[in-house]
Amino acid sequence: MFEKTFNWLDERLGLKTIYSTVLDRKVPKVNWWFTLGSASLFLFLLQGFTGIMLTIYYVPSPEFAYDSIQYIMNGVTFGWLIRGIHHWGASLMVLIVFFHMLRTFFFGAYKYPREFTWITGVFLLLLTLGMGFTGYLLPWNQRAYWATTVATSIAGTVPFLGDFINKVLRGGTDLSGVTLARFFSVHIWWFPAIIAILIGVHLYMVIRLGISSVPKEED
Amino acid sequence: MPKTPHMSRKEFVGIVAAATGTAMGALIGIPTIGYLIAPAREGTSSDAWIPAGPVENYPVGIPILFNFNRTKVNGWEKTVNSYGVYIIQQPDGSFLALSNTCTHLSCRVNWEVAEEAYICPCHDAYFDINGQIVSGPQPRPLDPYETKVEENNLFIHFTGS
Repeated sequence: MFEKTFNWLDERLGLKTIYSTVLDRKVPKVNWWFTLGSASLFLFLLQGFTGIMLTIYYVPSPEFAYDSIQYIMNGVTFGWLIRGIHHWGASLMVLIVFFHMLRTFFFGAYKYPREFTWITGVFLLLLTLGMGFTGYLLPWNQRAYWATTVATSIAGTVPFLGDFINKVLRGGTDLSGVTLARFFSVHIWWFPAIIAILIGVHLYMVIRLGISSVPKEED
Repeated sequence: MPKTPHMSRKEFVGIVAAATGTAMGALIGIPTIGYLIAPAREGTSSDAWIPAGPVENYPVGIPILFNFNRTKVNGWEKTVNSYGVYIIQQPDGSFLALSNTCTHLSCRVNWEVAEEAYICPCHDAYFDINGQIVSGPQPRPLDPYETKVEENNLFIHFTGS
């Protein structure tokens, strides 16, 4: 029964072809450093899942942001776990993505024909940092408020355009509910959407070009 | 590859990957169910005995208005509601506590000495001193609260809303 259903679907969707193309690729003999990309992808999915769960209770307004997180931590069953995973996963993701970049750099994996994969990777790293930056404000506690005040002030030191950039980031002269709302929007819609698209391109390139081998002495 | 009684490396890796994947999925998936249904499992009891002061404050046969506030916590929302209770000491020393919320459309009734009645200002509902209906559109008598006296202090039993 299961096999019949599967074959019916496979005939129409090409499931086996997808499986063999994506997972049964020929790869050179590599080491554990080559797992960092998969680890980054896993963390992105985990952050996506726990993040969606947090929006069930989190409210991005100055009145309720802090209280809603207190409720998640103390009132909701396993709220501490979901938020804890999201909190620590964020730091871990920055770390893993950064190590993934280092591995690519030191193993020379960014070279022809994989330059474009590298370029999408650069944007993915920057967007991961952007996720950390926008997510940091959302608890709306003293640390979040002043960290964002300082960071947006730093952005404001750009010559000529600084004041403009600062106002765009804050949505006004000062940090306010407007800032919280736009950081929330960027954190849950804009950046994740762009990251998802870029991961698609990034993985398409990996599958199309195959992965590079560990450089040997003569390379 | 020749057939051997042992599983192949690929099969082994496949099984281990599926097992760890399932374990991790369960580790995050099962708590998530609890997380999503948490508000439904919360108790709604706001049962409390509200201290209404020493019994001497309430002379026999005269309704005295006693006001108190209760904070209702729902998720991250805290709502302060105020309640009014008319307390009347009966000749036998027992107490009658009546909510001052009109049973018609929840306006607040007032004790009018001249009329010897609680009168609702909204639609002219009249209740007698014991909260029974005299006239007007109200469907039922004023809601009573349970009372008790402990160490000469009066308490009224608040059961929510």
